[in-house]
Amino acid sequence: MAEISLNAGHDPEAAAATRQYFWNRFLIYAVLTLFAAIYLAPLLVVVFNSLREQSEIARNGLISLPRSFRLDAWAEAWGTYCVSGTCEGMKRNFFNSLWMAIPATVISTLLGAMNGYVLSKWRFKGSEILFNLMLLGVFMPGQISLMPWAFLLGKLGLTNSTYGLVLIHVVQGISFTTLFCRNFYVSIPDDLIKAARIDGAGFWRIFRKIILPLSPPILIVTVIWQFTGIWNEYLFGVVFTSGQQQPITAALVALTAGGTTARAYDVMSAAVLIGALPPLLIYLFGGKYFVRGLTQGALK
Amino acid sequence: MSTHDLTVPVAAPATPWRERLDTMVPILVLAPSLAASFIYVFVFTLWTLYLSLSNSSLMPTYGFVGLDNYASLWANRRWNIAYTNLFLFSGFYIVGSMAIGLLLAILIDQRVRGEAVWRTIFLYPLAVSFIVTGTVWSWLYNPVDGIQAFVRGLGWTDFSFALTANRNTAIYAVIITGIWQSSGFAMALFLAGLRSVDPDLVKAAQIDGASVSRIYRRVILPTIAPIFLAVAVIQIQFAIKTFDLVAALTRGGPGVSTTFPAIYVYDLMFQRGQIGEGAAAAMMMLAALAVVLVPYSLWIVWRRRAEGRNG
Repeated sequence: MAEISLNAGHDPEAAAATRQYFWNRFLIYAVLTLFAAIYLAPLLVVVFNSLREQSEIARNGLISLPRSFRLDAWAEAWGTYCVSGTCEGMKRNFFNSLWMAIPATVISTLLGAMNGYVLSKWRFKGSEILFNLMLLGVFMPGQISLMPWAFLLGKLGLTNSTYGLVLIHVVQGISFTTLFCRNFYVSIPDDLIKAARIDGAGFWRIFRKIILPLSPPILIVTVIWQFTGIWNEYLFGVVFTSGQQQPITAALVALTAGGTTARAYDVMSAAVLIGALPPLLIYLFGGKYFVRGLTQGALK
Repeated sequence: MSTHDLTVPVAAPATPWRERLDTMVPILVLAPSLAASFIYVFVFTLWTLYLSLSNSSLMPTYGFVGLDNYASLWANRRWNIAYTNLFLFSGFYIVGSMAIGLLLAILIDQRVRGEAVWRTIFLYPLAVSFIVTGTVWSWLYNPVDGIQAFVRGLGWTDFSFALTANRNTAIYAVIITGIWQSSGFAMALFLAGLRSVDPDLVKAAQIDGASVSRIYRRVILPTIAPIFLAVAVIQIQFAIKTFDLVAALTRGGPGVSTTFPAIYVYDLMFQRGQIGEGAAAAMMMLAALAVVLVPYSLWIVWRRRAEGRNG
């Protein structure tokens, strides 16, 4: 920096402009770095604490560089930590969440793709109105549906079960997945469909041969959106399941709610990270699609 | 695209009933989802509406009591705290995350190096659940182990930062955490908006000798004004539905100081066995959403039509 301004010294105006430019650049990166630090700090704190010894955390507080390193807390959080009497760690709740999120994501995405296909390429009288009615589901607060779901799940024998949560998330998710897919399929030229129909292709054949091969971008967006949303959901999990049936979000709250004295920050940090890991990995590897889903879901 | 797929052999002439069945297929495909959505949106809402007018306590019952539940809800001190919190939270949360989001978006838009890295860092909190965020921040706010202890350890021994320990300040802990979680979201939307501004417009302003800040204030920001509104509407929606964050961060406390409408609904329905009043509170949440979303949707429709007319 200094060198450049020296070289430009014979032209004071250019020197001032250069200095201004570098000063601006410095400021931009300084502010970005400051905010990046604020955003990353909590993550670093949790990662460090999951690797530190509890005695060290108790001595030096939560925010400190690790002076010990061990993976015991992870093993304990995964398999043996005791919450309200049972000592199985987060393992079971992790798989509850997985067996809830995977089927709910697959079913709601498939339904959304077919609905979107009908609502964009096989419109009929009143289909636009039906589409708009389905969209209302996007805005419904979960609290409105709590009592009706409690009744329905009871009638279906699905209380306190992962299947019940799958049902809830499929019904709740349809409006999102239909919205995503419909808005994507609208941009596929109708001529393509017309040509196929003239050639004698029917509803399903067009879906399989034309629509599905064009769909990967929107299906990835939808799957990521649904999976992270369902994995992270808490209200239905805590209301409709208990104990060993709980998804990981509800289990995390139960785990960290325990006594206020001598908190096992090392194990709880590892447990929190286990709960955060699947969506974080999806975000890191599918970030582009994650952001696309976000902006589409938001601006439509 | 595989165009050869289109030259499928022409099917044998279909029989009339077969043809009729074919025209029914799209509707049949749609029917289950439609039925489910209809039940979810309309039947469930009317059901809860009816419960809110009933004398349900521990179990849903259907004795009609008119607006009694609403009256006792609005007379309740805790509900008063809940919606005061909602207003306070919404205001700070929306302004705060939009301001930070806009700042970050503008900085990233200055052709910085490693744009993807910055964006990944600012947006990752959104991938994580509010439960995770709330839990971790509750530790950071903990005066004995968290930020306060850290700063005191650095030598500033009377530094005080114990928001969640105090009834009057706990709501600000929720606000700060909310802003931390979602300013990246505002950034992503603003950045998309900034990128969609017509570069010729900016060039013209540059030729006229306008400064960078003037170009932003006079040219760029006005053209992305609709994005401000969209972000605000989404975040109000978020705020009205706030449940997980508070459940993990403060559990509504200390005392009842960080009660939110969604927390109170849960409490009435499942902790206190006052289902009727809980349903009334849930209906108030729905009403609040409608107050925000109905005018917004009408405005969107109106704008699309206007755009259509102007070509």
